Amino acid sequence: MIRRRHLLGGAAPLAATRARAQTPADPLLALPWAEIVNRARGQRMFFNAWAGDDRTNAFIAWAGEQARARHGITVTHVRLRDTAEAVARVIAEKSAGRDEGGSVDLVWINGPNFLAMKEQRLLFGPVLDRLPNAHFVDRAGKPSTVIDFTVPVEGLAVPWRMAQVVFIHDSARLPAPPRSMQAVLDWARANPGRLTHPNARNFMGVTFLKQALLELAPDAALLQSPVTEGAQRPALAALWDWYDALRPNLWRRGTQFPENGPAQRPLMMDGEIDLFISFNPSEAATAIANGQLPDTARSYVLERGTIGNTSFVAIPYNAANKLAAMVLADLLLSPEAQAHAQDPRVLGNFTVLDLAALAPADRARFEALPRPAATPSNTELGRPLLEPHPSWMTRITTEWERRYVR
Amino acid sequence: MTLRAVPALTIALLLLPIGAGLLGTLLPAFGLLPAIGGQALSLEPWRSLFEAPGLGTAIRLSVSTGLAATLLSLALVLGFCAAAHDTRSFGRMQAALAPILATPHAALAIGFAFLIAPSGWILRLLSPWATGWDRPPDLVTVQDPLGIALVLGLCLKEVPYLLLMTLAALAQVRAAPALAVARTLGYGPVLAWLKVVAPQLWPQLRLPVYAVLAFSLSVVDVALVLGPSNPPTLAVMVVRWFADRDVALWFPAAAGALLQAGIVAGAIALVFGIERLARPIGRSWIFAGRRGGEGAWLARGASVLLALILAASLLAILALAVWSFSGIWRFPDALPQAWSLATWRAQGQALAAPIAATLGLASASTLLALVLVLLCLEAESRFALPPGRGATLILYLPLLLPQIAFLFGLQVVLVRLRLDGMAVAVVWAHLLFVLPYVYLSLADPWRALDPRMLRAAVALGAGPWRCFLAVKLPLLLRPMLAAAAVGFAVSVSLYLPTLFAGAGRIATLTTEAITLAAGSDRRVLGAYALVQAVLPLLVYGTAIALPAWHHRNRAGMSVR
Repeated sequence: MIRRRHLLGGAAPLAATRARAQTPADPLLALPWAEIVNRARGQRMFFNAWAGDDRTNAFIAWAGEQARARHGITVTHVRLRDTAEAVARVIAEKSAGRDEGGSVDLVWINGPNFLAMKEQRLLFGPVLDRLPNAHFVDRAGKPSTVIDFTVPVEGLAVPWRMAQVVFIHDSARLPAPPRSMQAVLDWARANPGRLTHPNARNFMGVTFLKQALLELAPDAALLQSPVTEGAQRPALAALWDWYDALRPNLWRRGTQFPENGPAQRPLMMDGEIDLFISFNPSEAATAIANGQLPDTARSYVLERGTIGNTSFVAIPYNAANKLAAMVLADLLLSPEAQAHAQDPRVLGNFTVLDLAALAPADRARFEALPRPAATPSNTELGRPLLEPHPSWMTRITTEWERRYVR
Repeated sequence: MTLRAVPALTIALLLLPIGAGLLGTLLPAFGLLPAIGGQALSLEPWRSLFEAPGLGTAIRLSVSTGLAATLLSLALVLGFCAAAHDTRSFGRMQAALAPILATPHAALAIGFAFLIAPSGWILRLLSPWATGWDRPPDLVTVQDPLGIALVLGLCLKEVPYLLLMTLAALAQVRAAPALAVARTLGYGPVLAWLKVVAPQLWPQLRLPVYAVLAFSLSVVDVALVLGPSNPPTLAVMVVRWFADRDVALWFPAAAGALLQAGIVAGAIALVFGIERLARPIGRSWIFAGRRGGEGAWLARGASVLLALILAASLLAILALAVWSFSGIWRFPDALPQAWSLATWRAQGQALAAPIAATLGLASASTLLALVLVLLCLEAESRFALPPGRGATLILYLPLLLPQIAFLFGLQVVLVRLRLDGMAVAVVWAHLLFVLPYVYLSLADPWRALDPRMLRAAVALGAGPWRCFLAVKLPLLLRPMLAAAAVGFAVSVSLYLPTLFAGAGRIATLTTEAITLAAGSDRRVLGAYALVQAVLPLLVYGTAIALPAWHHRNRAGMSVR
């Protein structure tokens, strides 16, 4: 079996990088902000971002237009099928000795991809606190903005949107959806073929399995540390027992999986499935408005809570246009862009900012947003569960492929 | 630079990147890639390759789908030609071919998936009145584990290609008199064609068939859309590893790319072996002299099957259009509840950049290819250089090698030279595939030029360049534009070369459509794939219309 050798194998590498900046001496980090904005004007930058969701793509296009109008920066969205492609590219450039003039200026990242870049010291920064809008980030109330999948971010990446697992059910066909992963199994047994999850190679697919792992693992606290042989055996055994029972009852008897999260929407739209997982509490509302889900789609969370995390953007150490990347990262953090992203007609992703810290006019942007019936309230969402250490994610994917790809 | 050097330069332009690319794949396959820590020769990449989950299935899938698509297409084409060569549908079929040939296979594959999916258009048209289904059946039709959808999707494109190649080859064979003799000897039309014409055609069809085989065995974009994913075919698996954040996977990926090349070589050898075995059997079959072969049922069957393939292609394109203009369209409605321009309005701006990139790449690579090919042909005739078998093989090399086998290595070289992601690198990568097609489409019309025209020009005092510019080029306007249209369509359809040489930074309609195909809104996907399909069609249309307009007052140049 193919070994993932160096990145996420053990516990040791994390400690080595803790509290150490990656390019702290870079003179660009010492520039005053006005100078950064000034020098960034006219730069043509490449924003590498997963492009499997056309609504997110449209938001990125909007942000690019803003950057051009306000700062004279041209943003090209490099459309990735998988974020790992951008990480591999930076690694390839580093190994080819290209320590400047790299092709990736900004990358949308978190989880194992972030850890890989951080561990290999491939990030520019710490950059977060150089950005004026970073001041408003809700670090206390939304801890995942500073700790990503248990890994301290240390200012090497800039948060730009909150994500929390929800399940979307078609209330017309499934009025009382199952509220725990155990209940999901019981329901699927009674209603075979009406549930699926994205391929486990995709982050959304492996998140489905992680959500189950959090509920099923005998000692969930162990998931907050890197995988060890001792910790993995009971936890994964419980997961695969559950999954072996579930899989034959999935859509297509668990032999086929949608490639990613958004690919589940047409399945519900056409009545092929009644339930699916999503990382965006507003997905149902947004997709209904856009004609991608039936009006009867609703979001909900499990009774013991669901995983939450934060999406970041980060600048590779060798990026050719670091200043423009910083300006775009700050723009993504601006109350205006955050409110635009939170608009259920746009993305509906919750902001990373602390609304209480904002000026009244900026706060009003958020308060003016509608809250559609399909979106759960903050109380209903509850406090998000912490992501397991990224090594769990990698291990689950590898094991899933070993067990189920024949 | 002298004209005499152009053929050598062209060959270098083709061989250099392929050679460098192959080497760049070969070394990591045996553990050598110092940049990422591969310092010593080892067999470890092969060991991890063979331990990869699902590898056996992936290989079996690649081989079975590739062979099935090729043999099925070939059988259909030969069957159709044998059965229908003297019917009226034969001519009509020719006219229907061009638009399908111009359509990139990714767009066809996406449209085909829209058709045959359990929630696809075909079942929407039949449900619920005929099927009784008010929700899509739990059937696996697209991305099925056996790869049947992949085989059919490949046939959509390979059948027209092979048919066109057969028609071109037929023009070189004096089929009509031979057939007439055979018919007077009492052979039916089908048997006469199979016994008299087919054996003469094969030498010219051999390379195109090998190219189809190589393409079908190693295709990535169509396999991403229509092929199974758990595991996928070998080529897709290898591409996945190359894109992994764990660069250690590059070693088994390089080994996998070589394995892919081995599979293609093996399959070609297999077909060659079958050909060798078939030769004596076929000869004794022909010499045995059995008569018969009216083949009315075959004629009808082959025509119907071919018409089905053409219809599926056209419906697939239509499905793209319908989705792109649809509002809400739920199963089992036969048509959208409402029509809407919303998708086009929302995507209009986003489409502009990939359209520009696609047009730019296709124009640059086609123009370059056209100039090189014309100069090569001119050098050939001026210096009486014989177009040897070797040159033909070199031209076919990019079409016979699996792309993945040299594109990864090429990317490594490009990164070293800091050329990755630069337009020039992508144009060069496109040239590798565009040039052969331009050459193959132009060489025959060039050689068929009426030499009396040139003699007249020379007698009137024109020098060689004036002959070239003022006589040959205007005479060749029609085939030149046709060759350019073919080159353009090839460039538009390229997926892996754009992805690898462009370092993901150069987004064309094809790369965008394939990225979206994984799970985006069907309406958006429909819009991208439709533009991707329409662009080469427009160029084809221009290639037909322009000479007609230009030659409007030259009676001798009009289409017969």
